Amino acid sequence: MKNPVMTASGTFGYGVEFADFVNLEDIGGIIVKGTTLQPREGNDYPRMVEMASGMLNCVGLQNKGVDYFCEHIYPEIKDIQTNMIVNVSGFSIDDYAECAARINALDNIPAIELNISCPNVKHGGMAFGVTPEGASAVVKAVREVYQKTLIVKLSPNVTSIADIALAVQDAGADAVSLINTIMGMVIDIEKRKPVLSIATGGMSGPAVKPVAVRCVWQVAKAVHIPIVGLGGIMTAEDAIEFFLAGASAIEIGTANFIDPTITVKVANGINDWLDRHGCKSVNEIVGQLDG
Amino acid sequence: MKKYVKDLMVAAVEFPHECYVLLKLTDSEPLPEMLPGQFVEVKVEGSPKTFLRRPISINYVDRENNQLWLLIKKVGEGTQKLAELKVGDKLNLVFPLGNGFSSVQEKGEKVLLVGGGVGVAPLLDYGKYLKDNGASPVFLLGARSKSDLLEQALFKAIAPVYVTTEDGSEGEKGFVTQHTLLEKERFDRISVCGPKPMMMSVARYAKATGTPCEVSLENMMACGLGACLCCVEKTVKGNVCVCKEGPVFDINDLTWNI
Repeated sequence: MKNPVMTASGTFGYGVEFADFVNLEDIGGIIVKGTTLQPREGNDYPRMVEMASGMLNCVGLQNKGVDYFCEHIYPEIKDIQTNMIVNVSGFSIDDYAECAARINALDNIPAIELNISCPNVKHGGMAFGVTPEGASAVVKAVREVYQKTLIVKLSPNVTSIADIALAVQDAGADAVSLINTIMGMVIDIEKRKPVLSIATGGMSGPAVKPVAVRCVWQVAKAVHIPIVGLGGIMTAEDAIEFFLAGASAIEIGTANFIDPTITVKVANGINDWLDRHGCKSVNEIVGQLDG
Repeated sequence: MKKYVKDLMVAAVEFPHECYVLLKLTDSEPLPEMLPGQFVEVKVEGSPKTFLRRPISINYVDRENNQLWLLIKKVGEGTQKLAELKVGDKLNLVFPLGNGFSSVQEKGEKVLLVGGGVGVAPLLDYGKYLKDNGASPVFLLGARSKSDLLEQALFKAIAPVYVTTEDGSEGEKGFVTQHTLLEKERFDRISVCGPKPMMMSVARYAKATGTPCEVSLENMMACGLGACLCCVEKTVKGNVCVCKEGPVFDINDLTWNI
């Protein structure tokens, strides 16, 4: 990787939406919108509500399906000279495996991020990510058909995220990314109704960062595979916190909505911080908390 | 069309009414190409509760003075903060976003532009464009009362203006769709921007009279770039982003019950 900064799935489209603002090849990796075996319309509007220091969404994995991705989107993005990674979601173990197998055949996709933690769809996504057994089963099935780098995205909406991380490591994951959004709810008190169409949604933005840092720290103590940290990163200093907690790369999500150039700013800011502290690379600070 | 993220400078702040602010923004270099009906996403500083950018329609592009006008209704804390900007302040914009209103179809075509409340904002720029390009725009503008009517002199300088107010303090009393103009005249097409019930009611009129009609939607949005898929509208082609595929839609592409 050119630098440890990637974009979080669902916040950066397929990258091309941001090409007017940044040189996409200056970003370490671009994780494109969650892709499922079948096309999905997603949830009804409203899908988003703002809060102090963050937002909630319940998009519900709207996408045109893996076949459309392979035929129409992949040709548009395959020559972008950075790590183009596909986020894969599903509703059954077979879904995940079939979707991963099709993406395995695409030469210029070096990795997938397996989303076993989407809080916004019924009967799926997060259902696999909330127990070590469920997580292990889906990762094992995908591992059998997927030969490239397999990153597994974990949910914070669990009792022990470290146990889940350990299970997916044992099932063959090459890395874990965390955290997905935190399940939340906002009520319109005049209408006495939830604001979001499906009542609950996934909370993101700077408000969730301490939860994410804590999760990374706990997972880092439990596993030996690399950790990709995400959750509320808005600045290079935020990213440094994740490195110190034990992440060796990070993803930027919601901040892309506020500043479409944030990825490159954070990547440059990380280098400046490392220079000021006499470090040659991020690896020197990964998990390097004092005491 | 290329999009930019840029600090513009506040050149003038006007208050046409206590609930609205008109920001005139400028830049040291010529403002980029923008189409009538497109919008900008502004970053609100100094308001902890305002996390996301605010989508604001382009009210007018004054090329002579290199100014971009934003006519803003004070609704919540974010727009209130925008109303506190002073001349010389910087405002960060992501722009221009979305697709604008339809371009001129044929010389002399009669285009009815219907606006309600702050929804009149993008019609000023569009009306000017239509007139400059050989079409014949006519404005039909609605408001609660006389003092809520915005930029009347500017609209009148471009084309004939018909008005309705809910309290009858100016023009005809009632809603825009009750204006006698609609009984007397037919138009080649209609463009509408305003509250959703008003747009639906104009869309019903358009459908009943067989007049092509487009509406400008303002679903709540986050990114403004078609990346987050939050601002979707149900259309005959499925859920599409208002920010990227809109904000202007042909009524036949929507699934409104009209």
